[in-house]
Amino acid sequence: MTRLNPVLIGLSAVMLGVAPWIINAAPYESTMGLVQKIFYFHFPAAILFLIAALICGVASAMFLFGKKASADGWAIAAAELGLVFGTLTLVTGPLWARKAWGVWWVWDPRLTSSLLLWMIFSAYLLLRRYGGPGSDKLAAGMALFGMANVPFIYVSVNVWRTLHPQTSVVPTLPTDMGIPLWFCFAAFTMLFVALLNLRARLEHQRSRVEALYLAEDEA
Amino acid sequence: MRFSRLLLLLLVLAPAGWPAAVHARQPPPQSEFLPVSDIPEGEQIPAFTMVGGAYGFVWVVLLGYVWSIARRLQKVEAELTALERRGQ
Repeated sequence: MTRLNPVLIGLSAVMLGVAPWIINAAPYESTMGLVQKIFYFHFPAAILFLIAALICGVASAMFLFGKKASADGWAIAAAELGLVFGTLTLVTGPLWARKAWGVWWVWDPRLTSSLLLWMIFSAYLLLRRYGGPGSDKLAAGMALFGMANVPFIYVSVNVWRTLHPQTSVVPTLPTDMGIPLWFCFAAFTMLFVALLNLRARLEHQRSRVEALYLAEDEA
Repeated sequence: MRFSRLLLLLLVLAPAGWPAAVHARQPPPQSEFLPVSDIPEGEQIPAFTMVGGAYGFVWVVLLGYVWSIARRLQKVEAELTALERRGQ
């Protein structure tokens, strides 16, 4: 998997470099026009934001209940990626909204719950950085709450009245809008997988360094 | 005593006079809407700026994050190698 990471990063960089031309060739949306093209980067970032929360939650559950120490490294990696992809979602969304809705932000269920998830990731990482001994278990518990928020975020646009487009827009996309979307989604996913691997590797190497220092102190 | 009474009187009267002062500064209320065919230039939001800003932001953040992970990983692996050498 380590050898695959540079390939995935290189491929996604090429694809993200080509993406503007493919997106430019896609037709304009009838009511929103040009600004709707933010969707081709916003949607992959948002989905990977939710996937990161699921990975972080599952790894944290394995760490808490299964006592698997290595799962904690994957949880930290997913939390950091969640923060990065969440930031991309929460910045590209308002840029789109300002033009399409006339406001940067509305406190509707989709936007508010997404912001809440981003804040859970921030709190998780702050706790890991400054929480001291025992913060790993406390943070893992917090990650479970983050994971529980994911289905709520996903269905919120279908359950409550909101300005945000519903989940049905993706399966009903015409082919000439679907191709750029899934092309960008593939690029983002490859980058996400490579970054998750590298970040988890960083955490596992850090654990080895700590173990070696402890061994030195004991000797 | 006289001064404190005057101050009290001013404090009571000041809020009463405030709305009149505010109204004096406000423009007159709009009595009709006039249609125009185009939005005034200052009110238009350029979509290209928003799209360019969004794509630029994504690129900068992703490149920055890749660079950050690579730098941190290099540092930790160098430390690990040094520790392993020291232990041998």
